[in-house]
Amino acid sequence: MAETLRVTVNGEGRSDQVEPRVLLVHYLREVCGLTGTHVGCDTSQCGACTVLLDGAPVKSCNMLALQAEGAEITTIEGLAPPGGLHPLQTAFWQEHGLQCGYCTPGFIMAAAALLAENHDPSDEEIGRGLEGNLCRCTGYVNIRRAVKAAARAMREGESAPVGG
Amino acid sequence: MAVSQLIGARVQRREDPRLITGHGRFIEDHTLPGLTHMAVVRSPHPHARVLGIDASAATALPGVLAVFTAVDFHRILSGTMPVTPSFAPEKKYVPGRFPIADQEVCFQGEPVAVVVATDRYQAADAVDLVHVTYAPLPAVVDPEVALRPDSAKAHVDGPDNIGWDMTYDGGDIEAAFAKAEIRVTERILQQRLAPTAMETRGVMASYSPYDEQLTVWLSSQNPHFIRLFVSGAMGIPESRVRGVSPDVGGGFGSKISPYPEDYLVPAASKLLGRPVRWIETRTESIMTTIHGRGQVFTAEAAALRDGTLLGLRLTQVLDLGAYHGTFGAFQACACLMAGGVYRWEAIQARTIGVLTNKVPTDPYRGAGRPEGTHLCERMVDRVAQELGMDPVEIRRKNFAREFPFMNNFGLTYDSGNYDGTLDRALELSDYQGWRRRQEEARGQGRLVGIGVSTWVEICGLGPSQPTAAATGGIALVEAAQIRFLPSGSVAAYVGTHAHGQGHDTTFSQIIADTLGVPLDAVDLRHGDTAEGPSFGYGTYGSRSLAVGGMALLTASNQILDKARRLAAHLLEAAPDDLEFTAGAFSVKGNPQASKTIQEVAFAAYGAGLPEGMEQGLEAVSHFDPPNFVWPFGAHICVVEVDRETGAVEIQSYTAVDDCGNVINPMIVEGQLHGGIAQSVAQALFEEVVYDHESGQLVTATMLDYLVPTINEMPVPTLDRTVTPSPTNSLGVKGIGEAGTIAASAAVINAVCDALGPLGIHHVDMPASPDRIWQLMQEARR
Repeated sequence: MAETLRVTVNGEGRSDQVEPRVLLVHYLREVCGLTGTHVGCDTSQCGACTVLLDGAPVKSCNMLALQAEGAEITTIEGLAPPGGLHPLQTAFWQEHGLQCGYCTPGFIMAAAALLAENHDPSDEEIGRGLEGNLCRCTGYVNIRRAVKAAARAMREGESAPVGG
Repeated sequence: MAVSQLIGARVQRREDPRLITGHGRFIEDHTLPGLTHMAVVRSPHPHARVLGIDASAATALPGVLAVFTAVDFHRILSGTMPVTPSFAPEKKYVPGRFPIADQEVCFQGEPVAVVVATDRYQAADAVDLVHVTYAPLPAVVDPEVALRPDSAKAHVDGPDNIGWDMTYDGGDIEAAFAKAEIRVTERILQQRLAPTAMETRGVMASYSPYDEQLTVWLSSQNPHFIRLFVSGAMGIPESRVRGVSPDVGGGFGSKISPYPEDYLVPAASKLLGRPVRWIETRTESIMTTIHGRGQVFTAEAAALRDGTLLGLRLTQVLDLGAYHGTFGAFQACACLMAGGVYRWEAIQARTIGVLTNKVPTDPYRGAGRPEGTHLCERMVDRVAQELGMDPVEIRRKNFAREFPFMNNFGLTYDSGNYDGTLDRALELSDYQGWRRRQEEARGQGRLVGIGVSTWVEICGLGPSQPTAAATGGIALVEAAQIRFLPSGSVAAYVGTHAHGQGHDTTFSQIIADTLGVPLDAVDLRHGDTAEGPSFGYGTYGSRSLAVGGMALLTASNQILDKARRLAAHLLEAAPDDLEFTAGAFSVKGNPQASKTIQEVAFAAYGAGLPEGMEQGLEAVSHFDPPNFVWPFGAHICVVEVDRETGAVEIQSYTAVDDCGNVINPMIVEGQLHGGIAQSVAQALFEEVVYDHESGQLVTATMLDYLVPTINEMPVPTLDRTVTPSPTNSLGVKGIGEAGTIAASAAVINAVCDALGPLGIHHVDMPASPDRIWQLMQEARR
């Protein structure tokens, strides 16, 4: 029997009837229409389905939608205001941190969680932060560069004078 | 060509804004009103007779609309799935493959029934309720076992398991070996690999019986070929079938050939009268999407004591799986490229394609060239080691240096400078410094090794004569169409397909420069058979730029020719008296008399055109290249092997490659990063494992199949030289597969160099800690 799920998705409060066995990723994609979150492996290795749940990265293909009751969920579509780009999105673009782009939303979300906690991650810390995400195209070289570039931009952005 | 501004520039990718914001359009992102969901009932056995299928419990489940089996599909589909001649035209046995098994299943994962339901969860439930009665048959898993006369047969009605057995003779092999002062032999494995595109396969189809129109959305590298095959099987005119491959999440060769579901989903839509979508799970993907490699080589090399290479004799036993892959015999090109960048008096290569009860193998990134390169580079190192020569010295002694260079099998390398890439790689990698450090490390009992791989590949498929013969009719040329619209924007269509390669950007750079328009004025489209030229040939074999880019260039030049004639008419000058610079035609010596190409385009849709000129400004061009293209390079890898655990750590990786002229260096570097990563993955981590007794796939999830993470991958140091191809006027070669072709040999040569002091001369892939530890244990005995 469907149950009521109340969540906030990308800032929008929602209430939906959801079957208990529906995975969070399918709720986001098919009920909310947010298809930027992808399924790559079904078994939590690839991280293509990574979203932020109350700010923490979770693999939405390994979580039931109803387990998110009351949570604030951020998907790739909600990372930046409409029409804008998050520094990570800009950096992935500028550093050629993506090729086919299928894994990219998951990488960006996992990196966003990393940078929220660590404003200047070392190579090793980037490795730990992104070890749950797989990319088949880039060899991770430019993903690493993009995360560093984004961290730099975010640090500089913080110290920049407002309205200056 | 106009003054070049964009060609060669590091232009940011135009495809990225949608992909970084979650607005890409992959197959599963598409839906239709009334969409239904298909799931596939697959054989759990590697080989069995199907005695009966009872779908009653499944069909009784709420939401289940139908269960279809081979009986149903035979009403809709005819014929068998295609097998091309490729490099083994004389086949001995080609078992017919219908998209769904009827009475005999021949590999684990082969479809036996499909369920269609109103929701994906119900479809998955119903799969478990379809009761199939099987009578297991003996299965053959190991291709070398399958060669034996007493082996179980992969198909009960087959004569044996031999798909092909042919020998390429490249020179007088007996004479070459008669001169030998030393000979080395080696057995070299190429493990099976799962291509593992991050987006699995997926198909959505909608058939309309009222006007007999079929639209198929699928994750494919070449939707035109799939349309050709599916329209034929369904008996629908090709013109009424539309194939769409929008954003595709990686291919690596695994999305070239047609798959059972490419037929079953459209047929199910026709049977049901509703749109149907099927999305492959990851386990289905590792189990049923083609595998790459899967070969066993035995090789013998003959040389003089001074290091002069004489002859190479090899046998490739190629594990076909249960059916021939559509382009499976392409992998025999490992034989034709086994001589690498060297001069040999003779090469003799026998290829045997062997049927086993496993999923078919087919081209996977590099497709035969990684195997050929790995074999050649291992054998050259083995010869050097026997002679006590430095691996660099033996390479220099035997490099081909005069171009065009014809190899032993009559293939003509267009241009090259193998010393140039090697010199630069030695310098950049600090080769001499590493040799010193290696000596110091050895003094401390540490296992440090340095591996060199100097490689060449055949790509840019290809010239019409050999490629038409290889496919059985259709030449792998490329088609492009350019439409210069009245308001000045340009719609360009090309028959290649990008799934990460960035063609929207690089191809637009070529067009914008050629037509003298801003990059933003160019809209590059591909992947939809309803648009552009009548046929597109797809993307594989590092062909897109050298063939598709050239088709766009020639179409652009046709546009320019017509625009020039029209501009001359408008300016009352002779066409030859016009200059074309910065997007405008002007009369030589009178720059005030000028028309922009946009003004000319608008005029082309109006009245008062020159005598005999038709309205419009558009062109279709097919480019048939005179030769393949031949990129090359030198990779140097340094590793340290842990004496206790056998773990390999890459200390340094340097790649100096040459793909001719470069359109966008950022994209070229990205292709190399990814290509090297995929080959390092083969060298050290990945292997599809089947249990040899039961034929069960052991590595059926990403937990067991080790796609490397960010923590396993080296950051390579890259550089390049530029030796333009004389084959095309852009002077370009290909780069998509280069890294994958080069890297495994560099890594394994380094591992073997590290382990040489222990008396270990060869290590197979993946060079896992387990495998190396075993070798070290044996060596210590």
